Amino acid sequence: MQTEQTLTVKEVDVKDVQVSSFSLFFFRLKLWIKSPTPYLTLLGLILFILTWWLTTEVWKLPRFEKLPGPVSVVTEWISKDPSYGISIYTPEYYQHIWRSIIRVLEAFGLATILGVPLGLFMGWKKTFKDFTFPVMEILRPIPMLAWVPLAILMFPEREMAIIYLTFLASFFATALNALLGVESIDESYFRAAHCLGAKDRHIFFRVVVPGALPFIFTGLQISMGVAWFSLVAGEMLAGEFGLGYLIWNSFILVQYPVIVIAMITLGVIGWASSAMIRFVGTLLMKWQARGLT
Amino acid sequence: MTNTENTCPSGTSEMHKNEPAGGKISIRNATKLYDPDGANVLALDNCSMEIEAGEFCVIVGPSGCGKTTLLNAIAGFHGITSGQIDIDGKMLCSGARKADPGADRIVVFQNGALFPWYTVLENVTFGPAVQGKMSKEVARKEAEQILAEMGLKGILHNYPSEISSGMRRRVEIARAMMNDPNVLLMDEPYRAMDALTKTIMHKNLLDVYDRSKKTVFFITHDLEEAIFLGTKVYVMTTRPGKIKKVINVDLPRPRDYKILSSDRYLELKLEVIESVHEEAKKAFEAGERELA
Repeated sequence: MQTEQTLTVKEVDVKDVQVSSFSLFFFRLKLWIKSPTPYLTLLGLILFILTWWLTTEVWKLPRFEKLPGPVSVVTEWISKDPSYGISIYTPEYYQHIWRSIIRVLEAFGLATILGVPLGLFMGWKKTFKDFTFPVMEILRPIPMLAWVPLAILMFPEREMAIIYLTFLASFFATALNALLGVESIDESYFRAAHCLGAKDRHIFFRVVVPGALPFIFTGLQISMGVAWFSLVAGEMLAGEFGLGYLIWNSFILVQYPVIVIAMITLGVIGWASSAMIRFVGTLLMKWQARGLT
Repeated sequence: MTNTENTCPSGTSEMHKNEPAGGKISIRNATKLYDPDGANVLALDNCSMEIEAGEFCVIVGPSGCGKTTLLNAIAGFHGITSGQIDIDGKMLCSGARKADPGADRIVVFQNGALFPWYTVLENVTFGPAVQGKMSKEVARKEAEQILAEMGLKGILHNYPSEISSGMRRRVEIARAMMNDPNVLLMDEPYRAMDALTKTIMHKNLLDVYDRSKKTVFFITHDLEEAIFLGTKVYVMTTRPGKIKKVINVDLPRPRDYKILSSDRYLELKLEVIESVHEEAKKAFEAGERELA
Protein backbone atom coordinates (compact mmCIF):
# COMPACT_ATOMS: atom_id res chain seq x y z
CA MET A 1 0.00 0.00 0.00
CA GLN A 2 2.66 2.49 1.03
CA THR A 3 5.32 1.68 -1.53
CA GLU A 4 5.48 5.25 -2.73
CA GLN A 5 6.62 6.67 0.53
CA THR A 6 10.06 8.04 0.15
CA LEU A 7 9.89 9.87 3.41
CA THR A 8 8.71 7.43 6.03
CA VAL A 9 11.10 7.66 8.89
CA LYS A 10 10.58 4.70 11.13
CA GLU A 11 13.42 4.25 13.56
CA VAL A 12 13.17 6.63 16.57
CA ASP A 13 11.63 6.05 19.95
CA VAL A 14 8.92 3.58 19.15
CA LYS A 15 10.11 1.58 22.16
CA ASP A 16 7.87 3.23 24.70
CA VAL A 17 4.97 3.07 22.29
CA GLN A 18 5.45 -0.69 21.98
CA VAL A 19 5.67 -1.15 25.72
CA SER A 20 2.52 0.79 26.28
CA SER A 21 0.58 -1.08 23.59
CA PHE A 22 1.75 -4.37 25.12
CA SER A 23 0.61 -3.44 28.60
CA LEU A 24 -2.51 -1.94 27.07
CA PHE A 25 -3.30 -5.37 25.66
CA PHE A 26 -3.05 -6.97 29.09
CA PHE A 27 -5.03 -4.19 30.65
CA ARG A 28 -7.80 -4.77 28.12
CA LEU A 29 -7.61 -8.53 28.65
CA LYS A 30 -8.04 -8.01 32.39
CA LEU A 31 -11.01 -5.72 31.82
CA TRP A 32 -12.51 -8.27 29.44
CA ILE A 33 -12.22 -11.09 31.96
CA LYS A 34 -13.81 -8.91 34.63
CA SER A 35 -16.63 -7.85 32.31
CA PRO A 36 -19.71 -10.05 31.73
CA THR A 37 -18.86 -10.40 28.01
CA PRO A 38 -16.93 -13.71 28.00
CA TYR A 39 -19.43 -15.40 30.31
CA LEU A 40 -22.40 -14.28 28.26
CA THR A 41 -20.68 -15.54 25.10
CA LEU A 42 -20.16 -18.92 26.70
CA LEU A 43 -23.71 -19.04 28.04
CA GLY A 44 -25.10 -18.30 24.57
CA LEU A 45 -23.12 -21.13 23.02
CA ILE A 46 -24.14 -23.60 25.72
CA LEU A 47 -27.81 -22.67 25.40
CA PHE A 48 -27.68 -23.13 21.65
CA ILE A 49 -26.09 -26.57 21.83
CA LEU A 50 -28.48 -27.57 24.64
CA THR A 51 -31.52 -26.64 22.54
CA TRP A 52 -30.10 -28.52 19.57
CA TRP A 53 -29.51 -31.60 21.73
CA LEU A 54 -32.91 -31.51 23.41
CA THR A 55 -34.89 -31.05 20.20
CA THR A 56 -33.07 -33.66 18.16
CA GLU A 57 -31.80 -36.33 20.51
CA VAL A 58 -33.85 -36.10 23.72
CA TRP A 59 -37.37 -35.03 22.82
CA LYS A 60 -37.09 -35.93 19.12
CA LEU A 61 -39.60 -33.26 18.17
CA PRO A 62 -41.39 -33.54 14.81
CA ARG A 63 -39.32 -31.99 12.00
CA PHE A 64 -36.22 -32.29 14.18
CA GLU A 65 -36.20 -36.07 14.61
CA LYS A 66 -34.36 -36.73 11.35
CA LEU A 67 -31.65 -34.18 12.00
CA PRO A 68 -28.32 -35.31 13.41
CA GLY A 69 -27.92 -34.27 17.03
CA PRO A 70 -24.79 -32.91 18.70
CA VAL A 71 -23.84 -36.20 20.28
CA SER A 72 -23.92 -38.19 17.03
CA VAL A 73 -22.11 -35.38 15.18
CA VAL A 74 -19.34 -35.06 17.75
CA THR A 75 -18.86 -38.85 18.08
CA GLU A 76 -18.50 -39.10 14.32
CA TRP A 77 -16.26 -36.06 14.15
CA ILE A 78 -13.70 -37.31 16.69
CA SER A 79 -13.95 -41.00 15.89
CA LYS A 80 -10.76 -42.76 14.82
CA ASP A 81 -12.85 -45.06 12.70
CA PRO A 82 -15.77 -42.96 11.46
CA SER A 83 -18.77 -44.82 10.06
CA TYR A 84 -19.07 -42.43 7.07
CA GLY A 85 -15.37 -41.90 6.44
CA ILE A 86 -15.05 -38.28 7.58
CA SER A 87 -13.51 -37.25 10.92
CA ILE A 88 -10.57 -35.28 12.21
CA TYR A 89 -8.45 -38.42 11.75
CA THR A 90 -9.14 -38.96 8.06
CA PRO A 91 -7.07 -37.26 5.36
CA GLU A 92 -10.24 -36.87 3.20
CA TYR A 93 -11.60 -34.35 5.67
CA TYR A 94 -8.56 -32.10 5.26
CA GLN A 95 -8.53 -32.63 1.52
CA HIS A 96 -12.05 -31.21 1.29
CA ILE A 97 -11.13 -28.27 3.50
CA TRP A 98 -7.94 -27.62 1.58
CA ARG A 99 -9.61 -27.63 -1.83
CA SER A 100 -12.28 -25.21 -0.65
CA ILE A 101 -9.74 -22.86 0.91
CA ILE A 102 -7.60 -22.85 -2.24
CA ARG A 103 -10.61 -22.08 -4.42
CA VAL A 104 -11.73 -19.24 -2.15
CA LEU A 105 -8.23 -17.78 -2.01
CA GLU A 106 -7.89 -17.87 -5.79
CA ALA A 107 -11.25 -16.22 -6.33
CA PHE A 108 -10.84 -13.75 -3.49
CA GLY A 109 -7.31 -12.85 -4.56
CA LEU A 110 -8.36 -12.25 -8.15
CA ALA A 111 -11.37 -10.20 -7.00
CA THR A 112 -9.12 -8.07 -4.79
CA ILE A 113 -6.43 -7.53 -7.42
CA LEU A 114 -8.99 -6.48 -10.03
CA GLY A 115 -11.72 -4.98 -7.86
CA VAL A 116 -9.74 -2.63 -5.62
CA PRO A 117 -7.91 -0.72 -8.39
CA LEU A 118 -11.09 -0.59 -10.47
CA GLY A 119 -13.13 0.82 -7.58
CA LEU A 120 -10.39 3.30 -6.69
CA PHE A 121 -10.23 4.60 -10.26
CA MET A 122 -13.98 4.85 -10.46
CA GLY A 123 -14.08 6.90 -7.29
CA TRP A 124 -11.18 9.08 -8.30
CA LYS A 125 -11.88 9.91 -11.94
CA LYS A 126 -15.44 10.89 -12.64
CA THR A 127 -15.18 10.24 -16.37
CA PHE A 128 -14.11 6.68 -15.68
CA LYS A 129 -17.00 6.23 -13.27
CA ASP A 130 -19.56 7.59 -15.73
CA PHE A 131 -18.23 5.11 -18.23
CA THR A 132 -18.17 1.98 -16.04
CA PHE A 133 -20.64 2.47 -13.22
CA PRO A 134 -23.91 1.83 -15.13
CA VAL A 135 -22.65 -1.53 -16.38
CA MET A 136 -21.55 -2.47 -12.91
CA GLU A 137 -24.83 -1.41 -11.34
CA ILE A 138 -26.77 -3.69 -13.69
CA LEU A 139 -24.46 -6.68 -13.34
CA ARG A 140 -24.05 -6.39 -9.58
CA PRO A 141 -27.59 -7.30 -8.44
CA ILE A 142 -27.76 -10.44 -10.62
CA PRO A 143 -27.72 -13.32 -8.13
CA MET A 144 -24.69 -15.51 -8.41
CA LEU A 145 -26.80 -18.61 -9.11
CA ALA A 146 -28.17 -16.99 -12.26
CA TRP A 147 -24.65 -17.05 -13.66
CA VAL A 148 -24.32 -20.82 -13.36
CA PRO A 149 -25.36 -21.77 -16.93
CA LEU A 150 -23.10 -19.13 -18.48
CA ALA A 151 -20.27 -20.18 -16.22
CA ILE A 152 -20.62 -23.77 -17.40
CA LEU A 153 -20.78 -22.67 -21.05
CA MET A 154 -17.72 -20.49 -20.65
CA PHE A 155 -15.63 -22.90 -18.61
CA PRO A 156 -16.18 -26.52 -19.50
CA GLU A 157 -13.71 -27.54 -16.80
CA ARG A 158 -15.63 -27.57 -13.52
CA GLU A 159 -12.81 -26.11 -11.50
CA MET A 160 -12.68 -22.86 -13.47
CA ALA A 161 -16.46 -22.51 -13.43
CA ILE A 162 -16.56 -22.72 -9.64
CA ILE A 163 -13.77 -20.19 -9.24
CA TYR A 164 -15.42 -17.88 -11.74
CA LEU A 165 -18.70 -17.95 -9.81
CA THR A 166 -16.94 -17.36 -6.52
CA PHE A 167 -14.92 -14.54 -8.03
CA LEU A 168 -17.94 -12.71 -9.47
CA ALA A 169 -19.72 -12.05 -6.20
CA SER A 170 -16.50 -11.03 -4.44
CA PHE A 171 -15.46 -8.75 -7.24
CA PHE A 172 -18.55 -6.54 -7.14
CA ALA A 173 -18.47 -6.21 -3.35
CA THR A 174 -14.79 -5.26 -3.46
CA ALA A 175 -15.05 -2.76 -6.31
CA LEU A 176 -18.14 -1.06 -4.92
CA ASN A 177 -16.61 -0.56 -1.49
CA ALA A 178 -13.35 0.78 -2.89
CA LEU A 179 -15.41 3.25 -4.91
CA LEU A 180 -17.40 4.32 -1.85
CA GLY A 181 -14.14 4.59 0.06
CA VAL A 182 -12.73 7.16 -2.35
CA GLU A 183 -15.98 9.09 -2.35
CA SER A 184 -15.89 9.21 1.44
CA ILE A 185 -12.58 11.12 1.44
CA ASP A 186 -13.05 14.74 2.41
CA GLU A 187 -12.44 17.14 -0.48
CA SER A 188 -10.10 19.21 1.68
CA TYR A 189 -7.50 16.40 1.71
CA PHE A 190 -7.32 16.54 -2.08
CA ARG A 191 -7.08 20.31 -1.95
CA ALA A 192 -4.40 20.23 0.72
CA ALA A 193 -2.37 17.73 -1.31
CA HIS A 194 -2.66 19.92 -4.42
CA CYS A 195 -1.58 22.93 -2.40
CA LEU A 196 1.49 21.09 -1.21
CA GLY A 197 2.50 20.41 -4.79
CA ALA A 198 1.27 16.83 -5.21
CA LYS A 199 0.94 15.42 -8.72
CA ASP A 200 -1.67 12.87 -9.77
CA ARG A 201 0.42 9.85 -8.82
CA HIS A 202 1.08 11.31 -5.37
CA ILE A 203 -2.61 12.01 -4.92
CA PHE A 204 -3.40 8.41 -5.84
CA PHE A 205 -0.88 6.73 -3.57
CA ARG A 206 -0.91 9.20 -0.69
CA VAL A 207 -4.52 10.34 -0.54
CA VAL A 208 -6.81 8.03 -2.53
CA VAL A 209 -5.38 4.71 -1.36
CA PRO A 210 -4.91 5.42 2.36
CA GLY A 211 -8.13 7.44 2.53
CA ALA A 212 -10.18 4.62 1.03
CA LEU A 213 -8.49 1.92 3.11
CA PRO A 214 -11.17 1.67 5.84
CA PHE A 215 -13.86 1.09 3.20
CA ILE A 216 -11.64 -1.25 1.21
CA PHE A 217 -11.29 -3.48 4.24
CA THR A 218 -15.01 -3.43 4.93
CA GLY A 219 -15.39 -4.50 1.30
CA LEU A 220 -12.84 -7.29 1.69
CA GLN A 221 -14.73 -8.69 4.67
CA ILE A 222 -17.99 -8.68 2.75
CA SER A 223 -16.17 -10.12 -0.24
CA MET A 224 -14.77 -12.98 1.85
CA GLY A 225 -18.27 -13.73 3.16
CA VAL A 226 -19.89 -13.87 -0.26
CA ALA A 227 -16.94 -15.85 -1.61
CA TRP A 228 -17.68 -18.70 0.80
CA PHE A 229 -21.37 -18.42 0.05
CA SER A 230 -20.83 -18.70 -3.71
CA LEU A 231 -18.17 -21.35 -3.37
CA VAL A 232 -20.46 -23.76 -1.53
CA ALA A 233 -23.22 -23.22 -4.08
CA GLY A 234 -20.76 -23.81 -6.91
CA GLU A 235 -19.31 -26.93 -5.32
CA MET A 236 -22.76 -28.36 -4.74
CA LEU A 237 -23.52 -28.00 -8.42
CA ALA A 238 -20.30 -29.04 -10.03
CA GLY A 239 -17.65 -29.99 -7.52
CA GLU A 240 -15.58 -33.07 -7.09
CA PHE A 241 -14.08 -32.06 -3.79
CA GLY A 242 -14.61 -29.34 -1.25
CA LEU A 243 -16.91 -28.73 1.68
CA GLY A 244 -19.92 -27.79 -0.47
CA TYR A 245 -19.53 -31.00 -2.43
CA LEU A 246 -19.16 -32.93 0.83
CA ILE A 247 -22.42 -31.50 2.17
CA TRP A 248 -24.42 -32.32 -0.93
CA ASN A 249 -22.85 -35.71 -1.42
CA SER A 250 -23.48 -36.69 2.20
CA PHE A 251 -27.11 -35.68 1.76
CA ILE A 252 -27.47 -37.95 -1.26
CA LEU A 253 -25.69 -40.80 0.51
CA VAL A 254 -27.78 -40.30 3.69
CA GLN A 255 -24.73 -39.58 5.83
CA TYR A 256 -26.40 -36.84 7.84
CA PRO A 257 -23.82 -36.24 10.61
CA VAL A 258 -21.22 -35.42 7.94
CA ILE A 259 -23.43 -32.59 6.67
CA VAL A 260 -23.29 -30.91 10.05
CA ILE A 261 -19.56 -31.54 10.41
CA ALA A 262 -18.96 -29.79 7.09
CA MET A 263 -21.34 -26.97 8.04
CA ILE A 264 -19.63 -26.23 11.33
CA THR A 265 -16.25 -26.42 9.59
CA LEU A 266 -17.45 -23.83 7.09
CA GLY A 267 -18.62 -21.60 9.93
CA VAL A 268 -15.29 -21.75 11.72
CA ILE A 269 -13.20 -21.19 8.59
CA GLY A 270 -15.45 -18.33 7.46
CA TRP A 271 -15.12 -16.65 10.83
CA ALA A 272 -11.34 -17.15 10.87
CA SER A 273 -10.89 -15.69 7.39
CA SER A 274 -12.90 -12.61 8.35
CA ALA A 275 -10.86 -12.21 11.51
CA MET A 276 -7.66 -12.40 9.48
CA ILE A 277 -8.80 -9.61 7.20
CA ARG A 278 -9.73 -7.49 10.21
CA PHE A 279 -6.31 -8.14 11.68
CA VAL A 280 -4.47 -7.10 8.53
CA GLY A 281 -6.75 -4.06 8.37
CA THR A 282 -5.87 -2.87 11.87
CA LEU A 283 -2.18 -3.39 11.09
CA LEU A 284 -2.42 -1.22 7.99
CA MET A 285 -4.61 1.40 9.64
CA LYS A 286 -2.78 2.08 12.87
CA TRP A 287 -3.74 5.70 12.48
CA GLN A 288 -7.33 4.78 13.18
CA ALA A 289 -6.84 2.44 16.09
CA ARG A 290 -4.36 4.52 17.99
CA GLY A 291 -6.57 7.55 18.46
CA LEU A 292 -7.01 8.57 22.07
CA THR A 293 -10.22 10.49 21.60
CA MET B 1 4.66 29.30 25.24
CA THR B 2 8.04 29.60 23.59
CA ASN B 3 9.66 32.98 23.72
CA THR B 4 10.23 34.77 20.49
CA GLU B 5 13.99 35.12 20.60
CA ASN B 6 15.27 35.23 17.11
CA THR B 7 18.81 34.02 17.45
CA CYS B 8 18.71 30.61 15.90
CA PRO B 9 22.32 29.70 15.04
CA SER B 10 21.59 27.53 12.02
CA GLY B 11 20.81 29.73 9.08
CA THR B 12 19.16 26.90 7.17
CA SER B 13 15.56 27.77 7.94
CA GLU B 14 14.21 30.39 5.65
CA MET B 15 11.70 31.35 8.30
CA HIS B 16 14.19 33.75 9.78
CA LYS B 17 14.12 36.39 7.12
CA ASN B 18 12.72 39.56 8.44
CA GLU B 19 12.25 41.16 5.07
CA PRO B 20 9.32 39.71 3.12
CA ALA B 21 10.60 37.79 0.10
CA GLY B 22 7.44 38.39 -1.88
CA GLY B 23 3.76 37.82 -1.69
CA LYS B 24 2.26 41.08 -2.87
CA ILE B 25 -1.27 40.31 -3.98
CA SER B 26 -3.27 42.66 -6.16
CA ILE B 27 -6.85 41.82 -6.87
CA ARG B 28 -8.42 43.91 -9.60
CA ASN B 29 -12.14 43.86 -10.33
CA ALA B 30 -12.51 40.23 -9.37
CA THR B 31 -16.02 39.08 -10.18
CA LYS B 32 -17.40 35.62 -9.59
CA LEU B 33 -20.73 34.42 -10.87
CA TYR B 34 -22.02 31.10 -9.61
CA ASP B 35 -24.61 29.38 -11.68
CA PRO B 36 -26.28 26.78 -9.54
CA ASP B 37 -29.53 25.58 -11.19
CA GLY B 38 -29.70 28.58 -13.48
CA ALA B 39 -30.08 31.00 -10.60
CA ASN B 40 -27.18 33.35 -11.13
CA VAL B 41 -25.53 34.22 -7.87
CA LEU B 42 -23.04 37.03 -7.90
CA ALA B 43 -20.56 36.12 -5.19
CA LEU B 44 -17.94 38.76 -5.92
CA ASP B 45 -18.65 42.02 -7.68
CA ASN B 46 -15.70 44.02 -8.95
CA CYS B 47 -13.76 43.36 -5.81
CA SER B 48 -10.39 45.11 -5.73
CA MET B 49 -7.70 45.19 -3.12
CA GLU B 50 -3.96 45.60 -2.83
CA ILE B 51 -2.19 43.47 -0.25
CA GLU B 52 1.43 44.39 0.45
CA ALA B 53 4.12 41.75 0.65
CA GLY B 54 4.36 40.63 4.24
CA GLU B 55 1.04 42.11 5.23
CA PHE B 56 -1.22 40.35 7.69
CA CYS B 57 -4.45 40.92 5.86
CA VAL B 58 -7.68 40.04 7.64
CA ILE B 59 -10.98 39.80 5.78
CA VAL B 60 -14.21 40.15 7.74
CA GLY B 61 -17.75 40.28 6.49
CA PRO B 62 -21.17 38.68 6.86
CA SER B 63 -21.65 35.00 6.07
CA GLY B 64 -21.81 34.20 2.38
CA CYS B 65 -20.23 37.47 1.28
CA GLY B 66 -17.62 35.84 -0.91
CA LYS B 67 -14.64 35.77 1.44
CA THR B 68 -13.99 32.10 0.83
CA THR B 69 -14.65 32.54 -2.89
CA LEU B 70 -11.81 35.03 -2.98
CA LEU B 71 -9.52 32.74 -1.01
CA ASN B 72 -10.31 29.76 -3.25
CA ALA B 73 -9.53 31.82 -6.34
CA ILE B 74 -6.11 32.75 -4.95
CA ALA B 75 -5.49 29.16 -3.85
CA GLY B 76 -6.42 27.92 -7.33
CA PHE B 77 -9.38 25.76 -6.31
CA HIS B 78 -11.65 27.57 -8.73
CA GLY B 79 -11.49 30.45 -11.17
CA ILE B 80 -13.09 33.87 -11.30
CA THR B 81 -15.56 35.03 -13.94
CA SER B 82 -13.75 38.25 -14.77
CA GLY B 83 -11.03 40.47 -13.39
CA GLN B 84 -7.49 39.56 -12.55
CA ILE B 85 -5.38 38.57 -9.56
CA ASP B 86 -1.61 39.19 -9.62
CA ILE B 87 1.05 38.00 -7.23
CA ASP B 88 4.29 39.99 -7.21
CA GLY B 89 3.32 41.58 -10.50
CA LYS B 90 2.80 38.26 -12.27
CA MET B 91 -0.67 37.23 -13.32
CA LEU B 92 -2.01 34.44 -11.11
CA CYS B 93 -5.45 34.12 -12.59
CA SER B 94 -7.98 36.03 -14.62
CA GLY B 95 -11.44 35.54 -16.01
CA ALA B 96 -9.88 33.51 -18.79
CA ARG B 97 -7.41 31.40 -16.83
CA LYS B 98 -7.75 29.60 -13.54
CA ALA B 99 -4.70 29.37 -11.29
CA ASP B 100 -3.27 25.98 -10.38
CA PRO B 101 -2.84 25.24 -6.70
CA GLY B 102 0.80 25.51 -5.74
CA ALA B 103 3.16 25.37 -2.83
CA ASP B 104 3.78 29.14 -2.97
CA ARG B 105 0.25 29.74 -1.62
CA ILE B 106 -0.71 27.30 1.07
CA VAL B 107 -4.15 27.00 2.59
CA VAL B 108 -4.85 26.23 6.23
CA PHE B 109 -8.35 24.83 6.21
CA GLN B 110 -11.31 25.66 8.42
CA ASN B 111 -11.72 22.11 9.65
CA GLY B 112 -8.08 21.17 9.39
CA ALA B 113 -6.73 18.92 6.68
CA LEU B 114 -3.83 17.04 8.20
CA PHE B 115 -3.81 13.61 6.61
CA PRO B 116 -5.07 11.32 9.37
CA TRP B 117 -3.18 8.37 7.87
CA TYR B 118 0.21 10.06 8.22
CA THR B 119 2.17 10.88 11.34
CA VAL B 120 2.98 14.46 12.25
CA LEU B 121 6.41 14.12 10.64
CA GLU B 122 5.02 12.57 7.46
CA ASN B 123 2.44 15.34 7.26
CA VAL B 124 4.92 18.15 7.77
CA THR B 125 7.36 16.73 5.22
CA PHE B 126 4.61 15.96 2.69
CA GLY B 127 5.32 19.07 0.59
CA PRO B 128 9.09 18.56 0.13
CA ALA B 129 8.53 14.83 -0.35
CA VAL B 130 6.13 15.11 -3.27
CA GLN B 131 8.05 18.01 -4.79
CA GLY B 132 11.30 16.08 -4.45
CA LYS B 133 12.85 19.23 -3.01
CA MET B 134 14.77 17.94 -0.02
CA SER B 135 16.37 14.70 1.03
CA LYS B 136 14.63 12.75 3.77
CA GLU B 137 17.22 13.74 6.33
CA VAL B 138 17.18 17.44 5.52
CA ALA B 139 13.40 17.49 5.47
CA ARG B 140 13.27 15.78 8.80
CA LYS B 141 15.71 18.19 10.42
CA GLU B 142 13.84 21.13 9.00
CA ALA B 143 10.51 19.73 10.20
CA GLU B 144 11.88 19.15 13.69
CA GLN B 145 13.16 22.69 13.84
CA ILE B 146 9.96 24.28 12.61
CA LEU B 147 7.88 22.20 15.01
CA ALA B 148 10.19 23.05 17.90
CA GLU B 149 9.89 26.74 17.11
CA MET B 150 6.14 26.35 17.39
CA GLY B 151 6.42 24.66 20.77
CA LEU B 152 5.72 21.19 19.40
CA LYS B 153 8.21 18.59 20.56
CA GLY B 154 7.99 14.84 20.95
CA ILE B 155 4.93 14.35 18.74
CA LEU B 156 6.82 13.59 15.53
CA HIS B 157 5.53 10.03 15.36
CA ASN B 158 2.05 10.60 16.63
CA TYR B 159 -0.94 10.47 14.35
CA PRO B 160 -3.17 13.56 14.16
CA SER B 161 -5.91 11.73 16.05
CA GLU B 162 -3.59 11.41 19.03
CA ILE B 163 -2.89 15.11 19.56
CA SER B 164 -5.14 18.00 20.59
CA SER B 165 -6.98 20.17 18.10
CA GLY B 166 -4.76 23.13 18.97
CA MET B 167 -1.66 21.08 18.25
CA ARG B 168 -3.16 19.84 15.00
CA ARG B 169 -3.70 23.39 13.83
CA ARG B 170 -0.13 24.34 14.68
CA VAL B 171 1.17 21.26 12.87
CA GLU B 172 -0.83 22.34 9.85
CA ILE B 173 0.82 25.76 9.94
CA ALA B 174 4.19 24.05 10.28
CA ARG B 175 3.34 21.91 7.26
CA ALA B 176 2.63 25.09 5.31
CA MET B 177 5.82 26.82 6.51
CA MET B 178 7.92 23.83 5.41
CA ASN B 179 7.30 24.95 1.83
CA ASP B 180 8.41 28.49 2.52
CA PRO B 181 5.31 29.88 0.79
CA ASN B 182 4.87 33.50 -0.18
CA VAL B 183 1.31 33.55 1.02
CA LEU B 184 -0.48 31.77 3.82
CA LEU B 185 -4.20 31.48 3.15
CA MET B 186 -6.23 30.86 6.29
CA ASP B 187 -9.96 30.25 6.17
CA GLU B 188 -11.33 30.71 9.68
CA PRO B 189 -8.74 28.34 11.05
CA TYR B 190 -9.69 28.85 14.69
CA ARG B 191 -13.43 28.87 14.30
CA ALA B 192 -14.27 25.73 16.23
CA MET B 193 -11.91 26.42 19.13
CA ASP B 194 -12.64 27.51 22.66
CA ALA B 195 -11.60 31.02 23.66
CA LEU B 196 -8.64 29.88 25.74
CA THR B 197 -7.09 27.68 23.05
CA LYS B 198 -7.70 30.50 20.60
CA THR B 199 -5.53 32.95 22.55
CA ILE B 200 -2.69 30.45 22.52
CA MET B 201 -3.16 29.88 18.80
CA HIS B 202 -3.10 33.63 18.18
CA LYS B 203 0.12 34.11 20.07
CA ASN B 204 1.65 31.22 18.19
CA LEU B 205 0.56 32.48 14.80
CA LEU B 206 1.87 35.97 15.57
CA ASP B 207 5.22 34.46 16.55
CA VAL B 208 5.39 32.66 13.23
CA TYR B 209 4.32 35.80 11.39
CA ASP B 210 6.81 38.06 13.16
CA ARG B 211 9.62 35.63 12.41
CA SER B 212 8.78 34.90 8.80
CA LYS B 213 6.96 38.00 7.52
CA LYS B 214 4.86 35.96 5.14
CA THR B 215 1.83 37.54 3.58
CA VAL B 216 -1.15 36.18 5.47
CA PHE B 217 -4.63 36.20 4.00
CA PHE B 218 -6.85 35.49 6.98
CA ILE B 219 -10.62 35.11 6.94
CA THR B 220 -12.60 35.35 10.16
CA HIS B 221 -15.91 36.20 11.74
CA ASP B 222 -14.26 37.09 15.00
CA LEU B 223 -13.69 40.86 15.01
CA GLU B 224 -11.43 40.87 18.07
CA GLU B 225 -9.28 38.25 16.42
CA ALA B 226 -9.22 40.37 13.27
CA ILE B 227 -7.82 43.43 15.02
CA PHE B 228 -5.49 41.54 17.31
CA LEU B 229 -3.83 39.75 14.41
CA GLY B 230 -4.18 42.00 11.40
CA THR B 231 -2.09 44.74 9.86
CA LYS B 232 -5.13 45.79 7.91
CA VAL B 233 -8.71 44.69 8.32
CA TYR B 234 -10.77 44.56 5.12
CA VAL B 235 -14.52 44.72 5.69
CA MET B 236 -16.51 43.15 2.88
CA THR B 237 -20.05 44.06 1.92
CA THR B 238 -22.86 41.59 1.96
CA ARG B 239 -23.27 39.55 -1.24
CA PRO B 240 -22.23 40.41 -3.93
CA GLY B 241 -19.00 40.96 -2.07
CA LYS B 242 -16.60 43.82 -2.54
CA ILE B 243 -14.36 45.72 -0.18
CA LYS B 244 -16.37 48.22 1.81
CA LYS B 245 -13.73 49.59 4.07
CA VAL B 246 -10.07 49.08 4.90
CA ILE B 247 -9.06 49.70 8.48
CA ASN B 248 -5.42 50.24 9.20
CA VAL B 249 -4.53 48.55 12.47
CA ASP B 250 -1.72 50.76 13.73
CA LEU B 251 -1.03 48.73 16.85
CA PRO B 252 2.67 48.04 17.43
CA ARG B 253 4.18 44.58 16.92
CA PRO B 254 5.04 42.21 18.49
CA ARG B 255 1.59 42.19 20.01
CA ASP B 256 0.40 40.47 23.12
CA TYR B 257 -2.85 40.25 25.00
CA LYS B 258 -2.18 43.50 26.90
CA ILE B 259 -3.02 45.35 23.73
CA LEU B 260 -6.59 44.11 24.12
CA SER B 261 -7.19 46.68 26.84
CA SER B 262 -5.52 49.64 25.13
CA ASP B 263 -7.63 52.62 24.07
CA ARG B 264 -6.52 52.41 20.45
CA TYR B 265 -7.62 48.77 20.29
CA LEU B 266 -11.06 49.65 21.61
CA GLU B 267 -11.43 52.51 19.12
CA LEU B 268 -10.50 50.23 16.23
CA LYS B 269 -12.84 47.55 17.49
CA LEU B 270 -15.73 50.01 17.56
CA GLU B 271 -14.92 51.12 14.03
CA VAL B 272 -14.88 47.56 12.73
CA ILE B 273 -18.03 46.59 14.61
CA GLU B 274 -19.98 49.54 13.23
CA SER B 275 -18.88 48.78 9.72
CA VAL B 276 -19.59 45.05 9.90
CA HIS B 277 -22.82 45.44 11.80
CA GLU B 278 -24.36 47.48 8.99
CA GLU B 279 -23.52 44.76 6.48
CA ALA B 280 -24.62 41.96 8.75
CA LYS B 281 -27.99 43.68 9.15
CA LYS B 282 -28.35 44.02 5.39
CA ALA B 283 -27.44 40.36 4.92
CA PHE B 284 -29.90 39.35 7.60
CA GLU B 285 -32.73 41.35 6.06
CA ALA B 286 -31.88 40.04 2.59
CA GLY B 287 -31.98 36.54 4.02
CA GLU B 288 -35.40 37.17 5.51
CA ARG B 289 -36.66 38.46 2.20
CA GLU B 290 -35.39 35.36 0.45
CA LEU B 291 -37.23 33.18 2.91
CA ALA B 292 -40.51 35.13 2.71
